[in-house]
Amino acid sequence: MAKLGSQLQEINNIVATAKDAIFAAEQNSILKILRIKYFGKKGIITCYLKGLGDVSAEQRPVIGKLVHWAKKEVAGLIEERERILAEFEINTELKHETLDISLPGRGDNIGGLHPVTRTLKRIECYFQKIGFSITEGPEIEDSIHNFDALNISKYHPARAMHDTFYFNSELLLRTHTSPVQIRVMENKRPPLRIIAAGRVYRCDSDITHTPMFHQVEGLMVDNHLSFTDLKCILIDFLKAFFECSLGVRFRPSYFPFTEPSAEVDIECAICKGEGCCICSYTGWLEVLGCGVVHPKVFSYVNVDSEKYLGLAFGMGIERLAMLRYGVNDLRLFFDNDLDFLRQFN
Amino acid sequence: MKFSEKWLREWANPDFDSLKLVECLTQAGLKVDAYTSFVDKFSGVIVGEVMFVRAHPDTNGSYLCQVSVSVEEEPLPIICDLQGIRQGLKVPVAGAPHAGMLCSSKDLGLSESDGILVELPNDALVSSNIYDYLDLEDIVIDIDLTPNRSDCLCIAGIAREVSALTGCHLRTLDQNKIEEKSHRTLTIQVEDRQSCPHYSGRVIENIDVNSITPLWMKEKLRCSGLRSLGPVADVINYVMLELGQPMHVFDLDSLNDGIIVRIAKTNEKLTLLDGKEVIIKDDTLIIADHLGPLALAGIIGGKYSGVNNKTKNLFLESSFFNPTAISGRARNYSVNTYSSHRFERGVDPKISKIAIDRATSLLLSIVGGEAGSITEMTSKDNMPKKITIHLRSDQIKRVLGITIEKNQVVDTFQRLNFMVKITEDGWDVTVPSFRFDLSIEVDLIEELMRLQGYDSLPNTRPRITLLKTDISENSVSIERLQNLLIDRDYQEAITYSFIDSNIHQYFLLEGMVPITLANPISINLSDMRTSLWPGLIQALVYNLNRQHKRVRFFEVGCVYTGTLDNIKQYRHISGALCGSRSHEQWSEKQRPINFFDVKSDVEALLSTTSDNIFFVEEQHLSLHPGQSARIYKDDKAMGWVGALHPRLNKPLGFNDKIYVFELKLPNVLTSKPPSFKSLSRFPKNRRDLALLVDHNITAGEIDRCLNNIKSDILKSTQVFDVYNGYGIKCNKKSVAIAFFIQHEERTLTDEEIDVLMQDIIKILEQQLKAIVRS
Repeated sequence: MAKLGSQLQEINNIVATAKDAIFAAEQNSILKILRIKYFGKKGIITCYLKGLGDVSAEQRPVIGKLVHWAKKEVAGLIEERERILAEFEINTELKHETLDISLPGRGDNIGGLHPVTRTLKRIECYFQKIGFSITEGPEIEDSIHNFDALNISKYHPARAMHDTFYFNSELLLRTHTSPVQIRVMENKRPPLRIIAAGRVYRCDSDITHTPMFHQVEGLMVDNHLSFTDLKCILIDFLKAFFECSLGVRFRPSYFPFTEPSAEVDIECAICKGEGCCICSYTGWLEVLGCGVVHPKVFSYVNVDSEKYLGLAFGMGIERLAMLRYGVNDLRLFFDNDLDFLRQFN
Repeated sequence: MKFSEKWLREWANPDFDSLKLVECLTQAGLKVDAYTSFVDKFSGVIVGEVMFVRAHPDTNGSYLCQVSVSVEEEPLPIICDLQGIRQGLKVPVAGAPHAGMLCSSKDLGLSESDGILVELPNDALVSSNIYDYLDLEDIVIDIDLTPNRSDCLCIAGIAREVSALTGCHLRTLDQNKIEEKSHRTLTIQVEDRQSCPHYSGRVIENIDVNSITPLWMKEKLRCSGLRSLGPVADVINYVMLELGQPMHVFDLDSLNDGIIVRIAKTNEKLTLLDGKEVIIKDDTLIIADHLGPLALAGIIGGKYSGVNNKTKNLFLESSFFNPTAISGRARNYSVNTYSSHRFERGVDPKISKIAIDRATSLLLSIVGGEAGSITEMTSKDNMPKKITIHLRSDQIKRVLGITIEKNQVVDTFQRLNFMVKITEDGWDVTVPSFRFDLSIEVDLIEELMRLQGYDSLPNTRPRITLLKTDISENSVSIERLQNLLIDRDYQEAITYSFIDSNIHQYFLLEGMVPITLANPISINLSDMRTSLWPGLIQALVYNLNRQHKRVRFFEVGCVYTGTLDNIKQYRHISGALCGSRSHEQWSEKQRPINFFDVKSDVEALLSTTSDNIFFVEEQHLSLHPGQSARIYKDDKAMGWVGALHPRLNKPLGFNDKIYVFELKLPNVLTSKPPSFKSLSRFPKNRRDLALLVDHNITAGEIDRCLNNIKSDILKSTQVFDVYNGYGIKCNKKSVAIAFFIQHEERTLTDEEIDVLMQDIIKILEQQLKAIVRS
């Protein structure tokens, strides 16, 4: 029995020694060596397992149980130690790879659209969504389309007010986008709904005028339209454009190509209608012109004014952009200063 | 039209304040641009009394005064250089009770000339406010009149409108009959009765041209922005502002016999009132005497027949000229007068008689003299006809979208002085002679809506016909291209369509003549651009001069080519850029952009189109000959890309290397819907070849050579290295190409691929004298 007792003690000692060695192991390679030492072909625990056959029948259950326990214990310790070492290794590596994530990202910057284009696209997008289609017309126009067909005869005072750039007696740079109305109706029968944006030109240059600027023109021709529809369309648009419910007023005005004609004012955004230098102390800012297409315009393009009614409107894009973004100098739009342009990216 | 609010209220005085009045006018279509009060400008000017005056001991022409501004306080010591200052005089004083200052008439805004003492009457109460005393507390209303409303170019007209809008009483002018003491008359002969249907005039003898215009008249003129020009001119201007009738006065003694109204003959000359001599065009109506032209009818008078400071006798003219005979003519002589402005828009033909009597009576009371009887020539046939317009009641609803009660329609028209007759389906409306803007049914509908107030109308959602549209895949949107460039760090610019011809010349393709403006705003904005480059480069240089080192611009816009008989205006998309490849950052090394960076942007733009694109070596005047390419789509030239030619540095003012590209937009925007090809399930093989070729063999040539290889299994090729450094002879280069090989239906064997590669090598050896490097 004494022999049995010392054998059991021996196994317990092996496990205790192994435990110390495993805990002391700082590297995976040492664990590998330990694994071979205990579980290799000639490993200590392997030898015990192999020697169980030689153990006497009555001692075998006791010794066998202990040896198997020892095998499981040591193998478990090694595995555990491996896991700890692996984790440590990864953590060390991760620590090594740690970055200053507050530094800026690498790669290209993004540019941006010009604020006039940005504004123009918003306007186009709005009207496209409510069923207008986008069209365009030439910038070098003839005086027929720019004036005569729009009921602005040769000596009409409105013609003088337009400060036109001419090439010769017939050709000019369009002074407004309204000639697109004529070009569309020459080619297409009603019902129609179009929106046309682009450059227009007037021979005028000072703080509040640039010789080139942009307009958007809208035209709808249908059977059952009336002036109250025009009011609704434009009020809806202005509220959507400025994204707030602002005061809008319509007042009588005059354009040779519409009758009745109106100009539309919005409440001054700067002073909230109280009156300031931006709105000439009136509390209102003029933003667009509109009206019912004049029967003479319809007759020029052979549209029956008894059958159809046309609603037309036009607006200056720079003006809307200035009001929307608070730009205080029109000329900035054409300086193309990057510090200005980038504010709209 | 600028006018004093007080003056308007003398004619129509609604029961509400200035603000409401202004709003009321604006809502009726007479848009008030500004209304300004004088009191704001100069407050605190009070009446003082000069207690003591003596000449300044040191300064010649100055006086030391003691001026009392308050009964309780000591007089203020004031130094004054206004002549005429004397003890006991009442004067306007500013700045009291501190060291005050005597106000000249210019200081108070009462005249334009300097140094005139304002002498207040003796009853002026010391320390009272000068504006209260002078009754100057007035507001100037500035109406931005639309050209159709000539009837409101006078106080009477605006008052008429105010009365119609508010129902307030409208003043009528009660004119005493003029006592005709003079027997002199002048014969009037009207040759062109169509242009001048009515001409009238009268003589006024023995006037005192040196009389003074009364202050009240000067004040009203001043509020309307007119300077006082002497009593005769002041009266004429006053009546024009009051009643709307422009008149003219001749110095009777300068006239040779009677007046002739006729169209100018060829080469007639006239020195205008402003001293300018003009040759009168033969479309211009003139007032002449038997020797020659005296005035451009309805536009401006002549210098030598006008009133001067020796004038004794006058001939006063009041006429009606047809708007079509006047309009546009003044512009021909670069003049714009109050008279032409009114006549070309239309002056009430019925006001002429009233106005001439009004002016006569004012003149007689101010400059004295004796008036003669009126001589008049009127051609009834040529006078504007009474216009009667038929208005159908259902049209009101159709155009406006609302119904207006029948009696309200009649009431509105009557308030506007229209004559209304009820008919079966509506009304017959006769418009008054002062309205030149009403001729068709909708004109009346607008009047109804105008008086009702546009804002009182409801807003309704339209009932519209649903339309068809298209969603074609045969084109790419411009937005796609703009976004592509934006995502590649380009900033959109918008530059003028007209450019400096001096800069333009560097960019003109051979034989191209730009279209030029006949009346440019300045000489450096006179050429219509044929390329977007000049504008973009100027914008780029503008920013380089403002400490930006890296600038990347693009623009989408029209260029204008061809001739005036055959103008071509197409949209281009164009870019100009310089600086480093990427913005400055903490980790990556900076390098300047080069041709291939820009080419890559262009290729990206073109990748949206599905056509065959070629970059071809061609020379462009403004591009670097070795770093530029013309871009072709099939056989159509569609643009350029490259570095700017260094010869442009100096004239355009830059030192940086600038790269540009430009593409014709219509060509870039074409596309095709994708078409599916079945996928191969079998492995794709890659084989690489390194070729030694002559230095001047281009990648394009290699590409074209490879395109000649007919093989179903060669899917694509790619140049992945070009090398000409150490180990390669100097007239040679090494080009490495990857070949991608795949079969649709089976796995290829090495032998099959080897056979293909041998074929390829053979062709490259034969056509390009290439040597395969091992």
